Amino acid sequence: MRLIAEKLGGERGGEPVFDDINFQVEPGEGLIVTGANGSGKSTLLRIVAGLLPASSGAIRFEAADAEEFPSVAAASHYLGHGNAMKTALSVEENLKFWQEFHGSTHLGIDEAIEMVGLPEVASLPYGYLSTGQKRRISIAKLLVSYRPIWLLDEPTAGLDKASETQFAALMRAHLDDGGIIVAATHIPLGLEGVQHLTMTGQR
Amino acid sequence: MLALFLRDLRLGIRAGGGALVGVLFFLAVVAVVPFGVGPDLNLLARIGPAILWIGALLASLLGLDRLFQDDREDGTLDLLILSESRHMLALTVLVKCLAHWVAAVLPLVIASPLLGLFMNMEPLGIAATSLTLLVGTPAIAFIGAVGAAVAVALPRGGLLVSVLVLPLAIPVLIFGVSAAYGAVNDPNPFLPPFLILCALTMFFLVLGPLAAAMALKAGAD
Repeated sequence: MRLIAEKLGGERGGEPVFDDINFQVEPGEGLIVTGANGSGKSTLLRIVAGLLPASSGAIRFEAADAEEFPSVAAASHYLGHGNAMKTALSVEENLKFWQEFHGSTHLGIDEAIEMVGLPEVASLPYGYLSTGQKRRISIAKLLVSYRPIWLLDEPTAGLDKASETQFAALMRAHLDDGGIIVAATHIPLGLEGVQHLTMTGQR
Repeated sequence: MLALFLRDLRLGIRAGGGALVGVLFFLAVVAVVPFGVGPDLNLLARIGPAILWIGALLASLLGLDRLFQDDREDGTLDLLILSESRHMLALTVLVKCLAHWVAAVLPLVIASPLLGLFMNMEPLGIAATSLTLLVGTPAIAFIGAVGAAVAVALPRGGLLVSVLVLPLAIPVLIFGVSAAYGAVNDPNPFLPPFLILCALTMFFLVLGPLAAAMALKAGAD
């Protein structure tokens, strides 16, 4: 399994945001994308996921098991700015839905909620949680079904110090498991031994 | 897929889902007509099926614009699009349409016999109108999905969705009402317009989700 970007260029609303981005990530490796606001970190992640077309260059994905994961999108968990959870449903119902929809069950619901340290909120409506708690439940969504690639866009937005450390440990465990992480952030994630890519933007 | 259906159904029925709003609107539209046209019972019975159909059409357009908008705002839509290789996006859209129909439109069909009494319709006419509504309203949901997908990125897309959807829903209205008339007025046939109505629903069952899926994919940003 390998994720490769070759001379990748992206644009937003017809304006080029970046071009000539190259990287190669192997199993067990992480890539931290940093850069100023508007330098195209989120756009890069969305292009890698396949939500946006690349304006030039290409993303190549060599899967170990092309049958199960034919494309980057199929092999990825994408954690965007939104948490993709419904406020009217309980935490458990939300996670259960994503587990059933995504398939490839990994951890149990209870276990995943335990991993992000929020066992007491499982039956509460998602809308009752604080911003940080919402983010942590959204992180638990990465654990309930298995995907080798995690695409994380500002994953620690709203998290406190302890949760950041906890999340760093979860990411470490995913990498040790042979997974790939591509994370866009401007806060250090506390992840050692990973590649760094600094987006400079076009201006 | 079943999980998605159940989730959308729950969201539609729980607080804030707005399933009852449609029924209330339907009730309001049908209840004011006798005041407007006067107490001529024969006239009311004659225009009854048409009023029920127009009321149901307008009521089912309510809330249609939210079909994908909530999912887009909280990021769910991105994940639905990314799951394309496991769940074809058109199927995902179809399941969402069906859940929307069960939560928001089926109550209208169930309420329509009661509202038919308001219009002094005879039992056969009421039964025929309810049956045509049952068969015809899914088509409106499938057509509406296309409008909702096109307008998903617009913050106030509600009216635009209705304007986009109405011209396409007109054939459904025409054949629905003419089948309902045919059941009570003797020379007019019931079966041919009813079968065309079934055909329209099946046609849009395929075309609507496919077109909506294409619009959603093209609109991702």
